[in-house]
Order: sequence, then structure tokens, then C-alpha cells
Amino acid sequence: MPRNARTNALGLSRNDYRGGKSTLCPGCGHDSISNQIIRIAYELGLEQHNVIKMSGIGCSSKTPAYFLGRAHAFNAIHGRMPSVVTGATTVNNELVAMGVSGDGDTGSIGLGQYKHLLRRNVPMVYIIENNGVYGLTKGQFSATADEGQFLKYYGDNDLPPIDLALEAIVSNCTFVGRSFSGDPGQVQALLKASIAHKGTAVLDIVSPCVTFNNAPDSTKSYPYGREHEIPLHDIDLVAPDFVEEREEIMIDDYEAGQIIEVPMHDGTIVRLKKTDRDYDPRQRVQAIQLLEEARMDNLLLTGLLYYEEPRMTLAESENLSDRPLTQLPDDMLRPPRMALDKLMQSMM
Amino acid sequence: MSIAEIQQGTEFLAEERESQVNDFAFMVATKNGSGSQTSNSVLVRSLFHMGIPVNGKNLFPSNIKGLPTWYTIRVSGEGYIARRDTTEIAIVMNELTAAEDIADLPEGGVVIIPQEWKWGRTRDDIIWYEIPVKETIRQFKIPSARREQVGNMVYVGVVSWLFEIPLDQVHKALSDQFRGKAGPVNMNYQIIEAAWEWARENLVKQDPYRFAPMNLTEGKILITGNEAAALGAIFGGVTFASWYPITPSTSLIDALLGYRHLRKDPESEKDTVAVVQAEDEIAAIGMVVGAGWAGARALTSTSGPGISLMSEFAGLAYIAEIPIVIWDITRMGPSTGLPTRTSQGDILFTNFLGHGDSQQVVLLPRDPAECFEFGWKSFDIADSLQTPVFVLSDLDIGMNNWMSEPFEYPDRPINRGKTLDKIGLEEFFAERGEWYRYRDYDRDGIAWRTLPGTDHPRAAYFTRGTGHNDKGEYSERSDDWVENMERLRRKFETARTLVPAPEIETSPDLRIGIVSYGSNDPAVQEARDRLRTDGIDTSYLRIRALPLKPEVITFIEQHERVYVVENNFDGQMTSLIRIDMPQDNSHVESLALGDGLPMTPRFVYENILSMEQGQNAQERTY
Repeated sequence: MPRNARTNALGLSRNDYRGGKSTLCPGCGHDSISNQIIRIAYELGLEQHNVIKMSGIGCSSKTPAYFLGRAHAFNAIHGRMPSVVTGATTVNNELVAMGVSGDGDTGSIGLGQYKHLLRRNVPMVYIIENNGVYGLTKGQFSATADEGQFLKYYGDNDLPPIDLALEAIVSNCTFVGRSFSGDPGQVQALLKASIAHKGTAVLDIVSPCVTFNNAPDSTKSYPYGREHEIPLHDIDLVAPDFVEEREEIMIDDYEAGQIIEVPMHDGTIVRLKKTDRDYDPRQRVQAIQLLEEARMDNLLLTGLLYYEEPRMTLAESENLSDRPLTQLPDDMLRPPRMALDKLMQSMM
Repeated sequence: MSIAEIQQGTEFLAEERESQVNDFAFMVATKNGSGSQTSNSVLVRSLFHMGIPVNGKNLFPSNIKGLPTWYTIRVSGEGYIARRDTTEIAIVMNELTAAEDIADLPEGGVVIIPQEWKWGRTRDDIIWYEIPVKETIRQFKIPSARREQVGNMVYVGVVSWLFEIPLDQVHKALSDQFRGKAGPVNMNYQIIEAAWEWARENLVKQDPYRFAPMNLTEGKILITGNEAAALGAIFGGVTFASWYPITPSTSLIDALLGYRHLRKDPESEKDTVAVVQAEDEIAAIGMVVGAGWAGARALTSTSGPGISLMSEFAGLAYIAEIPIVIWDITRMGPSTGLPTRTSQGDILFTNFLGHGDSQQVVLLPRDPAECFEFGWKSFDIADSLQTPVFVLSDLDIGMNNWMSEPFEYPDRPINRGKTLDKIGLEEFFAERGEWYRYRDYDRDGIAWRTLPGTDHPRAAYFTRGTGHNDKGEYSERSDDWVENMERLRRKFETARTLVPAPEIETSPDLRIGIVSYGSNDPAVQEARDRLRTDGIDTSYLRIRALPLKPEVITFIEQHERVYVVENNFDGQMTSLIRIDMPQDNSHVESLALGDGLPMTPRFVYENILSMEQGQNAQERTY
């Protein structure tokens, strides 16, 4: 697709993928993520009527109002977005679900639903806009806040953080990425790959809160992210339609041994190009070990942390009809009179 | 609870002893988990097949194995199927409760008790039958794991001989019970036959009770309310169900799974009903909200503690206007309460479920036939109103077998309410030049919705629990908020016209009215017959839904005195009535039982009688 095209394959402009005006604080990392969603949706030519934008409660959960204005959206209740997505995607397997949550929504009130969503492999992109702080209630520690961190009204945080990417890996999530909202290129690449993934794809994106948690010593701040972000690899996405680009990459300077290709179910290929370490995201134990080491070294490791061939989605394991259950005709919703009569006879 | 609490009221008993054919009750005292449920079901089914109106009520503990459990069976040639709190015959199979069970029998009562206990005849005013339970089983090769359960078949054989249940009926019932599987049918039947034979040779019939064949159950079925509800949902087009296991609602989902085959996709033979076990009741209703929003007919089934957990989502579904169906098979609360006892104690809470100003739609089935009817109708009502619909059954309806008319096929086509598909939306735009999700185009409070996946650039809207204007846009403006609440109130008035109307029988003198609902119906009907015999005529209105329809208020206004009969402790329906008729309600009396057991005719009859005789209401009598 030509880079400067005014419209995409659907004949839509990038403006057609925008939403309402953001009401978040200027400079909020969340707005940057919304912009990347708009951009990749435009580039991929996503059909918005099949997209559902799902969220819980919090600053992050407001953002679905700020992108893809032509897609249905559901801003549900705090921490319970996973169950709502589970219901919606199970009854309509054609929907592309994009969930946006935060560290409070996912890491505290919604931790249970988060883990059970992963266990069920509900097909969706699950974005966590992680800033380590409660913004809407004005600056309390969240469960992902750093141990030893100081906040004005709450003093020191004595508790260790929950690592939501690690939680995803141990909950058998089949696609776990981590990124930094200040790294738009990587966020875009991960978003595209996660949409191609058949199953739950978790993207834990550190997204600084400019108002309550942007001190340089916070691991969820812009200064820290810029200083300490270590990309595991450069990510390229080779979509099945974009054969030319694929060839373009093949003639790249990288040596073959430095490139890992991860095929997605729809033919898309995620190419991970080595930066400074050898890392194959298909090894679960290695992924966990790497995260542990990064924690001890105080590094923000970003990229595709873990990937495995997706297992059955919830709808598949339910042995459900291939057509969306929401589109069944009335005669498939109500058995004939004879069926009831026969049953009643058998009970007499 | 002891059997002493179940059994009282010997005056009532004396009256009934005059008729000893097909008009008495017996109870079986066993240990929970001993397999007695099978034996008791076989007895109930046998009597049903003999054409005798029968009920069986399981009074069981919250326990897997070991605690005492009682099963009461009542037969009534007059067709009464309410629970009676008196029993003439006790089958005592639990040594731990035997002393109490025997002590509670009325004079002239009958006790059937294992010989091997060498109990001794501790009362000489009752009739004793000692039966050889262990010895009978010993004659057969029974795997040790099965011995306790099969032992319960001994009393089935003895009861069959003593009170004259033909063995072929017992065999048929056994066969129904085991769905025709020869192995278990034969294993159990040989015990029954041997016990029957032993009784014939060794017992001398001393009591006056017996069963005689009738034809009053012809064309009827025997079924639990939970099975009926599941079947109703199947015929109502359910496509999604999620639940978290909880007594006494679990068997509804079990039945749904059992009936799912009626709704296979004819092409692929795959299922069209998704059933997902959730991690808790919050997730269960969350999934149902997501599914209902996406256009499915979605239900969850729960009981009190689950309803408490669901309240936040119920508020969301109310304000975001999402059609869902929630079955509450009510048990006794507050808190864990009496998990295996029945109650109508969730009426008030459910009516207002959710914080802030919300009023929910509630359906109140009286029996399995209405569970079936509301099983399908609840979806039409939910879709028509775009709101949650609660169906409040209870443990008594849900888990006990009820004699019922066969279910009637839905009398109207599926109604999906005001839902716009692509073409509908195009037409809407052509006609009105706009479409906004929450705009009250028809002035009935119900707006038009679209579903995700509708291929139209303007089909999407933003669903939220936060304040919104009629376009679905976020708004904190007071006028937007008030306008939305006023529309929801209009919708609630529309709901009043859509929900099932009450059943009314009016006595010409309009003196005494009885208002009740749900599973109390058989007890109220029987009490009215008794009151009539005493010269007291009553009118009767059975509420079938909330919001209360105008007919309810009119009925109450028409009568000099109105008794509201219900099975909770606080008289919750009485409170709701007083809200809807704040003036002139001093003639409304609450008769609330709420002891964990199904409503009895005696409670209704004695209370109304004494009040009508100018006395105060009696204390709750248990």
C-alpha cells in the first residue's frame, strides 16, 4: 500500500478512523496509544462495523471514545470488561474485539476476570495502558506501582508490583507483548500482530501519567521509559497481502540467523529482528526468566515477550455453530411444535 | 430444623383422618447422600402413574453426605398439591433422628423402621412395622458401594404392599427413573419384590391407609421447575447462558445442557446454545450482558448470594438498556442463610437491584408450567423493553417434582423488539433523517437499538454506564440526566402494560381478598376451599409480575380487607404494594411465613380465620 495514500483499501481516510476529542490530560501516554490504534486500523483497512471497542473504568477505559468512531463500543464497569467481551465474542465470532484497560482495572479489581479471560482464550486484543497509578481518583498507588516509590499523599509504597505480562504468561496467554507509549513504531507493530492473532493477545504498554506519576524514578514515567527501554527485537509485520514488503525485508542487511519469523493463523508473519540479544519468544520458561532478570536489572524489556500457537478459542471449545449465534433465523431459535409435543408425551 | 418443626397441628390432622384412602401424607427420614432420593422419586412416580394427585417435597440439608434429610409425600384425591405440615406415616431410616421422628407422629400414626435396630416399641398409640432391611439385601449380590442406596428400596417394597401400590407401577416408575437401563432397574427391582414378598408373608395390616387408583393425573406430567425453565428458554431462543454453580439453581443449567440437542444447527450438527461456566456470578452476568448487547438471547441462573454479586451489572444493564434474563431460584437469606430451604425473600431487593434509581422487571412463576411459559416469554419481554428481566422462582418450584399440565407451545412468534438491522437502519434514516440510540422516537420510553456487526457506517453507538444524552454521548449535564431518567420512567410504565397480568377470581361480596404470588398458589387455593367450608368466601389475586399492574391496585381497593400471603419474613410484597398505593392501604394485612419451608394451607387458613374472627394474627406457626 502506498505510504501517502489518502484512502486505504476500503476507500476510507484516516479521519474516518478517528473518534471524539480526548478529554485526558495533555501529554497522556494513552492518547499516543489511541493514535497508534487509529493509524494501524487505517493501514490494515479494518472494517469498523465488525470491531467492538471494550473497556472498564478508569482513564484508559475512556479512550475507546477517542478512536474508531464507527465501531460499536462498550464502556462497562470497573474490572469487568473481560466478561463482557467473553459474552459478545462468543455469540458473534465475526467481531474483532479491542479492549482497553488500565493497571487498576486489570491489576486490582479485575485481576480475576483478566486471568479467566486468558484461561478461556477469548479472541481479542487486550491493551493495558499501564501507568502505575490511579488517575481518575487523583493519584493512589496501583498494584503495578514500584516498590519503594513515593507519592505525595500516600507516602512510600511498601508492596511489590504485579507484573501483568508475567501474569499473562503463567495464565497460558498465547500472545504477550510489552511496549512503551513513547515508542509508536513498536506499539504499531505489536498492535498489528495482535489483531492477526487468534486468541487473547495481551499488550502491556507502559503509558506514563503526566499528572500523577511522571517522576524520573518511576518506572512508568517518560524519562525512565526513554532511558531504560530495551527492545528485545525490531518487529516487522508481513501481512499476506503485502508480498512486496516481505521481499523488501528479505534483502535487508540482517543476517538470516538474526531473524525469527512467527507465522500467525491468517498468513501474517511477524518478523523479529535481533537487536542486542538472542531471544525466541516461543520458550515460556525463557520468557519468564528474562522478565525476572529485567526486573533485577531495573530494565523495561519491550517487544513480543511470549508467543505460542493459539489453542482453541472459547467458541471453538464450545463446539458452536460457525454462524454467529446473533444471526440465527427464528426457526433455528425455536424448535417446532412437534418437538414439544413429543417431549410432553414422553413425560406422561 | 427438626422434624418436630415440620410436624405440627394435630387438630388439622384429626379432621383429615376421616378419609384414609388417597388422602394422607408420609415422610421418609434418611441420611443425606444415602440415595434415598431415588426411592422417593420412585414412590412419587408410582403414585402419579396410579392417577393419584401427589406431591413430593425434599427437605434436605446443605451437605453432600450424612446429615439428616426428610422427604414428604402427600396424596390428595381432591387434587391438592400444597405441602402439608402433618404426616400420618413415618418411614424412619435414620437412627440419629428416629426418636424425634417417632415422637412427632400423631396418635394412630404409622412407623416403619428397620428390624435390626431393635428399637423397641417406644409408643403404644401408634402402629409399628419393623422391616428387615439388612437381611433383605443380604440375599442378593450387591456391590458394597451400592448397598446403602439399594437398601432404601426395601421400604419401597414394604410401602407398596402395605398401602397397595401395584408392583407393575413401581417397575414402570423405576424404569422411568433409570431411563430404561436394565442393570440398575433389575438390581433395584429384585429388592423391591423381595421386600414386598416379605411384607405379604410377615406383616399384618393394622392401619387404615391405602392408595386406590384414580384417573386424576391423566394427561399430566411430573417435572421440576428448573427443568421447565430450561425447556422454556430452549423454546424462547436462548443462545447464551453463563452461570456459577449455586444451589438451588444449578439444575436449571444442567437441564439446559440436557435439552441443547433440540437446538442443533441442522447443517453442521453443532450447538446454537453456548453454555459457559463462569468464575463467579459477576462474570456470569457480565458475559450475559456482553452477549445480550451483541444481540444474543442470554440468560444466567443463580440464587440469593449470586443476585447480590450481580447488582452492579444489573444497574449497568438497566441504564445501558441491555436485554438479559436472570433466573433467581430463591433460597433463604440473608447471607448464606439456609442454602437448601425455600424462600420468596429476594423480591424487594431484586425489584430495585442496582444502586441509584432503578426499578427492574420481575416475573413470578407459580409452578413448572409457568416456568416454561416465562422461560420463553422473558426473552420477548427483555428484547421488547431492552432491559433485564428477572424471573423469581424458588427452591420449592425449582427442585421439587410438581404435577403439571403439559406445557403449551408459545402462542406468538419470537419478538426481538426495536432492533434495526442494516436495511432497517437505512429505512429509519430515510424516514426520519437521523437515528440516535437513546432518542424516544415513539414516546413509549423504548428507543431503537443496533447490534455490533451491522454493516452500516452510522450503525455504531457508544454503550456506557456513565451519564449520556439521547445520542449516547457522554454527558454530565443535569438536563440530560433528568431527561434520560424521565424516559426510563416512561419505559417502566410501558413495562407495566407488557408484563403478564395477574390471575383474578372475584367473590361477589368483595369482602375479603387474598393477594399472593409464586409457589404459594396451591396452599392459597386449598386454604380458600377450607375457608369456604367455614362460610368465609374470599377473592384471590395472584400477582405474576412486577411492576404491579393497575388490576392489582384496583383489586385491593375493591375489597374490605386484603391479606397478602407470601413466603418471606418481612412481608416484602406488602411493602411494594404500599409503595404503589400510598393512601388507603390500612386494610392490607401481611401474612408472611418465611420459615424456609414451602407455604402450607394451614398457615393461610388459620391466620385468616382467626383474623376474621376478630383475633390478632397468629404468631408464625412452624
